[in-house]
Amino acid sequence: MKANALFTRSEMIGFAILACVIFLLLPAVLDTFRLNLFGKYLTYSFVAIGLALCWGAGGILSLGQGVFFGLGGYCMAMFLKLEASTPENTAIQSTPGIPDFMDWNQLTALPWWWEPFHSLGFAMFAVVAVPVVFAFIIGVAMFRRRVGGVYFAIITQAFAAILTILIIGQQGFTGGVNGITDLRTLLGWDIRTDEAKETLYYVNGILLFAVLFAAQFVRRSKLGRLLIAMRDQEDRVRFSGYDVASFKIFIFCLGAAFAGIGGAMFTLQVGFMSPTLVGIVPSIEMVIFCAVGGRMSILGAVYGALLVNWAKTTFSESFPELWLLGLGGLFIAVVMAFPNGLAGIWSEKVEPRLLKLIKKSPAQAASPAQQSTPAE
Amino acid sequence: MFADYSMSELGAIFAMQGFAGLILFSVFVLMALGLAIIFGQMGVINMAHGEFMILGAYVTYLVSNFFAAYLPGLFSAYFFLAMILAFIASGALGLFIEWSMIRHLYKRPLDTLLATWGLSLILQQIYRSVFGAREVGVSIPDWMMGSMPVTDLIEIPINGIFVMVLAVGISLAVYVMMFRSGWGKQVRAINQNRVMAGAVGINTEWTDRLTFGIGCGVAGVAGSAFTMIGSTGPTAGQLYIVDTFLVVVFGGAASLLGTIASAFSISQAQSIMEFFLSGSMAKVLTLLIIVGILMIRPQGLFAMKLRK
Amino acid sequence: MNTTNDKYVLRVEGLTVSFDGFKAVNDLSFYVEPNECRVIIGPNGAGKTTVLDLICGRTKATEGSVKFKGQELLEMREDQIVHAGVGRKFQTPSVYEDLTVFENLELSYPKGHGVFGALAFKRDAAVKTRIQEIAETIFLDGQLDEKAAYLSHGQKQWLEIGMLLIQDPELLMLDEPVAGMSVAERKKTAELLNRIIADRSVIVIEHDMGFVEDIATRVTVLHQGKTLSEGSMQRVQNDPKVVEVYLGH
Repeated sequence: MKANALFTRSEMIGFAILACVIFLLLPAVLDTFRLNLFGKYLTYSFVAIGLALCWGAGGILSLGQGVFFGLGGYCMAMFLKLEASTPENTAIQSTPGIPDFMDWNQLTALPWWWEPFHSLGFAMFAVVAVPVVFAFIIGVAMFRRRVGGVYFAIITQAFAAILTILIIGQQGFTGGVNGITDLRTLLGWDIRTDEAKETLYYVNGILLFAVLFAAQFVRRSKLGRLLIAMRDQEDRVRFSGYDVASFKIFIFCLGAAFAGIGGAMFTLQVGFMSPTLVGIVPSIEMVIFCAVGGRMSILGAVYGALLVNWAKTTFSESFPELWLLGLGGLFIAVVMAFPNGLAGIWSEKVEPRLLKLIKKSPAQAASPAQQSTPAE
Repeated sequence: MFADYSMSELGAIFAMQGFAGLILFSVFVLMALGLAIIFGQMGVINMAHGEFMILGAYVTYLVSNFFAAYLPGLFSAYFFLAMILAFIASGALGLFIEWSMIRHLYKRPLDTLLATWGLSLILQQIYRSVFGAREVGVSIPDWMMGSMPVTDLIEIPINGIFVMVLAVGISLAVYVMMFRSGWGKQVRAINQNRVMAGAVGINTEWTDRLTFGIGCGVAGVAGSAFTMIGSTGPTAGQLYIVDTFLVVVFGGAASLLGTIASAFSISQAQSIMEFFLSGSMAKVLTLLIIVGILMIRPQGLFAMKLRK
Repeated sequence: MNTTNDKYVLRVEGLTVSFDGFKAVNDLSFYVEPNECRVIIGPNGAGKTTVLDLICGRTKATEGSVKFKGQELLEMREDQIVHAGVGRKFQTPSVYEDLTVFENLELSYPKGHGVFGALAFKRDAAVKTRIQEIAETIFLDGQLDEKAAYLSHGQKQWLEIGMLLIQDPELLMLDEPVAGMSVAERKKTAELLNRIIADRSVIVIEHDMGFVEDIATRVTVLHQGKTLSEGSMQRVQNDPKVVEVYLGH
């Protein structure tokens, strides 16, 4: 076993296949509209990758990942909105130069905490920093007090509810239930054109791989094994001299950072950010992306997000009533019948047969079984 | 902010607001009781709890329509039959769900959470297909309409009083079941030591199923009571689920008294704050305070210190 | 540290913990010398496991003091207590079933315990040699690449002992290390323990009297959270109070 290398061989192949799918296959077969749609799905997979680390490896189930996705997305949207709200563009408002929804809500000046978002540098920093700071505060408060399991899940869900109510209630500052819409340019570059959408898709793909590499590095490090150890025997880890809480805080913050990047890319590609992406329902749906892909698998998380969202779009276009039934059934089926999701089906059923087909040598066929848990 | 009101007006405001809080309290108690039984005694997270309530509400809606059409003479009493049927319908569905789903997941609480969420989506869609996406209201019998004047400034709606009486009644019934019946004793025994309870001859499997069923049945009754103060839609259950869980967790999951005390404090805090702040800010503040207190005291308000 | 020339490694004084008024451990005091093997025995519910829980920080004490080489353990977090040099084995074998024997031992290797230390941790030659060494000691060098889940009950107990050994603690606390083992495994474990207690202080909870006689320097008998008797095995066995608790009523 070459445990110090970043990849096992089958993981390397998995990464390569995914790269082909994202950078070659999808752009080749999809028109710009559909490609942009898949770009949107891929932004959810940032969240799902974080969940694969937190929940799959670490056993920490957060039902509030939408909060971090939303915070990242809003940070980006605030910058874009300010750029779109030049005094010339907003000349008809009673206070030109501030975002339109503020004007509608009788605000006469930009709130102070909007000011720094004039700078793209600050906004990009905030996309990661704001979710991480939030996650850190929640993490310290919860994990230091040894709150875990279902309690943690319920409380993170409460946070998703709180942030949604807050955004909707404070519409003068946040755009309310409509969110921040009508975003136009990024430093003068029109993000609504087809070329821009294609470019953003590739940027998104590159960032996704950066996040995947980071997640893979964490998982292959001793920290990754510690997470699994903590999930199964928390006390043993503690009495081996580890401060369990700090590891949980770290992985929760990392998941939040991934989600924040995903949220920002969502805003850029879809052109708006709204509380419908923050609340309880989207947050728990993000968990199902991860579960469908295989809760332990970071590559599975990407496929899970793609597949579930593709199914959602397809079904809700043609049979809107069926979609909710299908999604509900998916939740139940994944939990009851396929707890390891697509990755589990792949590594238990497909991969061994493939290997047998390709190479008859028994030594090769035995290898996937050995590293069954983290395998893709 | 008090300067604009006279003393008597202020008193009336607090009384009315307090009463609104009491109705909210009754609602919370009704919702939380079923959940407290299931989560507190079995450790199972049932995210579809709200949908079990809505089932009770729809049953009440059907019964009221039936009475209006075929038994108008008995209309004033339909509600009592509706409540019983709501209990049976939700309870039966609960038994079925425990048998088909929950019992396979007892060792995986987080997975139960996801599976029951899936169930809630399916139930919502079924309600939508059967009853339509729009909210439906129940015609309230005449004797429940109107309000009772207490002073010339303070008036209390009768349906509100009725819901409160129901909340007290159902709490007492649950208390009697949990602490005075053989089933209650078995449930508590299993909660304390499952293996031992099984060894002394308690049918743990059946007791679990019954507990889940009764918890869901109580949710159905709660849903039935709701129709007296509000309308019912397919997604109404989802709106309440987080609040309900917070009530139960805040009270200390295993304690019925804690659940009631926490329902009381949360509802009072929220309804009094609602008067001074906007509704959404009151809600945000209430939730934040609960979460804050839970961080300081994760075991909830009422919980025993146990030897590990 | 002002008491480095303390005669005792561990001083437990007036230790009390109460759960809703029930005192599981009540004003308990005892002292452990360097290289001593102290065995705690007592009937069920005497508070034996609770004493270990209190020393290693798993349960918070209500009153009293636990001083390890002059440091007050009651004020420290569990992981800090481990770093001070106290190791603890649990009653039921707790190993990481999803990881291999090698990885189990590696996680206990005393390096890279911070978040970033763990990220940067390298499996270098020193680590591998040390793990190989320990694996030989605990009779598991042939199973390094096997998942811990596939080990027998006795092998899991050894693995957990090995995980403690790799930490090289000055005070080792073992909760019923031979419970549930076959006779052969028991013999091997006694041999193993005899070897590893040689250069450290050990506190053992055990019911098996033959085994206790084999390893104990001194014996403490607990009863209802208090010391009933203390001394050599022989002294304790002949103490009429002990005889009454075990045989009386």
